[in-house]
Amino acid sequence: MGLQGKAALVGVADYKNVRKYTGKRKFYLEQWAELTQMALADAGLSKDDIDGICCSSIPESDLFAPATVAEYLGLKVNFAEMVDLGGASSVSMIWRAAAAIELGICEAVVCAAPGIPIPSNPDRGPRDPNRFYGSTSANWGSPQTEFDVPYGNVAQNVGYALIAQRYADAYGYDERALAKIAADQRTNAQGNPKAVFHGQPITIDDVLQSKMVADPLHVLEIVMPCAGGSACIVVSERLARKCKHRPVYVTGCGEHLTTRSVTYAEDMTVSPVGPAAASAFGMAGKEPTDIDVLQAYDCYTITVLLTMEDAGFCGKGEGLSFVNEHSLTFDGTFPVNTHGGQLGAGQAAGMAGGMSQPVEGVRQIMGRADGRQVKDCNTALITGTGGIMSEQSVIILEGA
Amino acid sequence: MKNESDNNALYQRPQPRPTPTSEPFWAGLAAQQIRLQQCDDCAGWVYYPRSHCPHCLSPNLTWQDISGEGTLYSYTVAQQPTAPQFAGEEPQLIGVVELKEGVRLNTVMVNVSPEDLEVGMRVKPVFFQLADTTLLYFEPS
Repeated sequence: MGLQGKAALVGVADYKNVRKYTGKRKFYLEQWAELTQMALADAGLSKDDIDGICCSSIPESDLFAPATVAEYLGLKVNFAEMVDLGGASSVSMIWRAAAAIELGICEAVVCAAPGIPIPSNPDRGPRDPNRFYGSTSANWGSPQTEFDVPYGNVAQNVGYALIAQRYADAYGYDERALAKIAADQRTNAQGNPKAVFHGQPITIDDVLQSKMVADPLHVLEIVMPCAGGSACIVVSERLARKCKHRPVYVTGCGEHLTTRSVTYAEDMTVSPVGPAAASAFGMAGKEPTDIDVLQAYDCYTITVLLTMEDAGFCGKGEGLSFVNEHSLTFDGTFPVNTHGGQLGAGQAAGMAGGMSQPVEGVRQIMGRADGRQVKDCNTALITGTGGIMSEQSVIILEGA
Repeated sequence: MKNESDNNALYQRPQPRPTPTSEPFWAGLAAQQIRLQQCDDCAGWVYYPRSHCPHCLSPNLTWQDISGEGTLYSYTVAQQPTAPQFAGEEPQLIGVVELKEGVRLNTVMVNVSPEDLEVGMRVKPVFFQLADTTLLYFEPS
């Protein structure tokens, strides 16, 4: 049962992350076309090889996103999926693509996550004051609209701060260890010219002296929104042999979700990654000690901490000492988010932040991570996280 | 505490819009009464209001008056407004309270200074009038 490891990531593409984007604005459909063309060229495949697409929502069409994408790109596909798992969407796209390929219904699936600003709409009316950030529903009948929002529990910061505060009470809080996650990842970003913070290393003290946003979260423990976007191509074993780079097989996967609002989570300090990681490790026949690099979705430092604990890289409540005992840099004893993560490289808009982690995992295993290459990197574990620890997905990637 | 009803700013504080299912809960708060649904079949407590019990999916739920006593499960002190609609209210003392019935709810902590907030502290309800609706806030008990 489970994935047999017969589908491989063979090509990736990404835009440079930019904080204040002044370049040409592009619709998501246009970015889909561009990123697909770039990823195909990277793999050494052509458009006609593609027979599947995995997308997330696109601003151009509230419904029928896959058909809109297929038509725009001129694709004939046997598998079309839209994944609605927030920051976990990209990782979940990849395992769905691998599963569809192993089923035999398609041979090459493009998964893309655009995140460059779209052109300004000349017909756009005044801003609707009842709208919130994109992640927060304002619709009637949404429990979030009715029971979270009126109390100010809006967007992401509040929920993650609630988690961190509860964690502090349960297990103690070493703010220097949390800050070290941000600082080590920023060190990794120095090897990634596409990172928004390339050329700007930081120390633990810089993090702790940065502005307090929602106690105990400092601004440097929270992702920097930016423009960006990335894509990858998953193919069958047969096609993988034709490609230019070392194929990166998807050998395990898992997904778990319980609540949208973390208020109602059974235990706020336990993230959903546990069952997802257990599924992925079981499928791949791997243990946490087999993993050469962890690319963990990192909207906040606390997300990385809980992911490391609940995925089994250390015991529950031991994450802070684990971080203190290891260097998380690309040349360290436990490399995490070698591209800088979203904390160090920026969180591209839309669902694109979560595609940066699998793309980096692929580059590491292909041996193409240039100034931040992990030595002898053959196995990576990638996580995606959506909402407020609402949903988490895991894939394990292995080089051929 | 200021009442928000006469706030003419572009962004007004969002108010809950009750549904047919949740209406008894909000009507209860307006009458300074806290009502929770309890499942007739599994005795589980339900919050927020639902059509079916999330413990066993039974549709047989009965409204019960409760005291509203509980403990602070977690909190944050937001130094920046969590949305433009909350500008001017910082620091926002946003809490999650666990009622003694075991359910958790979002709230705002009042009549307490930020540095005195503590996970696990005992709290009691405060009925806060926001324009047309009553919200359920909490204070230390």
